[in-house]
Amino acid sequence: MLSDKDRIFTNLYGWESFTLKAAQKRGDWDNTKAILKKGREWIIDEMKASGLRGRGGAGFPTGLKWSFMPKDIGDKPHYLVINADESEPGTCKDREILRHDPHKLIEGALIAGFAMGAHAAYIYVRGEFYNESSSLWKAIHEAYDAGLLGKNAAGSGWDFDVIVHRGAGAYICGEETALIESIEGKKGQPRNKPPFPAMAGLYSCPTTVNNVETIAVVPTILRRGGSWFSGLGRDEKNAGTKLFCISGHVENPCNVEEEMGIPLKDLIEKHCGGVIGGWDNLLAIIPGGSSTPMLPKETCDHIHMDFDSLREVGTGLGTAGVIVMDKSTDIIQAICRLSQFYMHESCGQCTPCREGTGWLWRMMKRMVQGNATVEEIDQLFEITKEIEGQTICALGDAAAWPVQGLIKHFRPEMEKRIMEYRKMAA
Amino acid sequence: MKKPFDLHADYQPESFEFNKTFKKAVKEAIARYPKGRQQSAVMPLLDLTQRQVAEEGAKQHPPYGGWVPRAAMDHIAEVLGMHKVKVYEVASFYSMYNTAPVGKYLVQCCTTTPCWLRGSDKIVEATKKHLGIGMGETTDDGKFSLMEVECLGACVNAPMVQINDDYYEDLTPQNMMEVLDNLSQDMQATVGSQTGRRDSMPSSDPTTMKDRAKKAKVV
Repeated sequence: MLSDKDRIFTNLYGWESFTLKAAQKRGDWDNTKAILKKGREWIIDEMKASGLRGRGGAGFPTGLKWSFMPKDIGDKPHYLVINADESEPGTCKDREILRHDPHKLIEGALIAGFAMGAHAAYIYVRGEFYNESSSLWKAIHEAYDAGLLGKNAAGSGWDFDVIVHRGAGAYICGEETALIESIEGKKGQPRNKPPFPAMAGLYSCPTTVNNVETIAVVPTILRRGGSWFSGLGRDEKNAGTKLFCISGHVENPCNVEEEMGIPLKDLIEKHCGGVIGGWDNLLAIIPGGSSTPMLPKETCDHIHMDFDSLREVGTGLGTAGVIVMDKSTDIIQAICRLSQFYMHESCGQCTPCREGTGWLWRMMKRMVQGNATVEEIDQLFEITKEIEGQTICALGDAAAWPVQGLIKHFRPEMEKRIMEYRKMAA
Repeated sequence: MKKPFDLHADYQPESFEFNKTFKKAVKEAIARYPKGRQQSAVMPLLDLTQRQVAEEGAKQHPPYGGWVPRAAMDHIAEVLGMHKVKVYEVASFYSMYNTAPVGKYLVQCCTTTPCWLRGSDKIVEATKKHLGIGMGETTDDGKFSLMEVECLGACVNAPMVQINDDYYEDLTPQNMMEVLDNLSQDMQATVGSQTGRRDSMPSSDPTTMKDRAKKAKVV
């Protein structure tokens, strides 16, 4: 269990005000200048030492990502882009940072921006989070008024602007290059890589895109030291603290900051009052947002919540959006609804995803009824394999994985449904 | 049932211009992006259009909500120096731009898996029955339109809906009716959790930061 003294998000539930004065009392903006004075290299090295891996889903080492930006600023300005397009079903952590701890994000933006030679950060907030982006804007204006942003930000000698760009309802804009397209005023369709954003991103300039939680933990890490952060968690590759969102069939769904690598069962029993009807009433859990394949109960009994433990069992930590399903769940319908989600959110650019997500949904709808043949389960699996890895971005993969997880763990349930349907039809 | 603001209606005003207040906001929005990159402001301008239309619509009988007329898209194209079709392309790509009129209160029900697990079907059913309309329809009095939407990112407060700018969370069919009744009389409904819990903390006592909770008088 994470002890309160090691907690980063001390205003997670909005018990206190999000405004500058209250944030400063919580330790934000405390001599930020001194951190910047240590220089770009020190900041990036310290981030590398902290072991922080991106909190948006992919888990790429943050310090390393920052080091991909060109060392010298050439003709083109550098940009930091912050991904607050939180839309992965099961995930609602960045929303809490935006509305209750925006100054952590803004201070983190200044430090990260400085470390990568950027004078501006764009924060891309999903359009539906209107109230959250209003709080964020308010906090940004406070920071300008206090001299923490703008010319000579926080007295550091570095000029820095932060701008909020609101999305308008498109899950795909959470993909970093689609997000960049969207800021440029286009429809959000992912770009082919390379070139990677660090070479040619926003307005064809060197750009780094980081998740909200990733940037918001930066000031605390640098104040307390990379070794403090890397000392928390399971090992140096699965380090630090993490915001978990636990939804679905638990007594008390909630967000909570915990230590990386916490046993899944502890997370649910200590913070959520347990699975509805008790642990033995558990059917399956989607561990890291809708795109990560589900885990059956017997794996949930002992699994730890970190990048590598979950990868070893064929799934992932993703965004740490934990979706709990008890034995009352129609597991086929639960995944079918996700197939509908991915069909709706496919941007239509790549054929395997545009057509395939619709195929998956239509076949899954028949699987829910049982109106299919057993051979079609194999066909369904085969289709997911034709989508996976065949598209520009990972949305195709994200659509394929939940269905693969269903077939892997609940094939007998699917077959049973088909037999029952046949019996009824006869 | 008659639908005065049918989503497929072909009503389009002949012209559109931003009023004085919104003109100022348009200028500010464009200034947020580098010189020569004014196309970046197309999304903020589409949003401002919906907000101005919603303000005007609130005063009409029957009222209507925010939407983007084609004349507004043409106007935005002119303001930003874009091809009209590039504005249409953006307006039709993102789900939050309504390209046809909607009711004053746009009720968007999340039904994605985390909400579904917590009973979003019941919320949808109760809402349809209470308003007497189906998905994609608008009530006769122009007050409500109903839509099914994908995950709105408030999963630990499921089931939830968004109505205009606000989230209504921890819903039951009963408290959802109270929200709708308040709005139908143009009274402000309680925003956020409908069960009185503090945002996304556990509905039990807090499991973390107990000292802070005491100080903030949460427990």
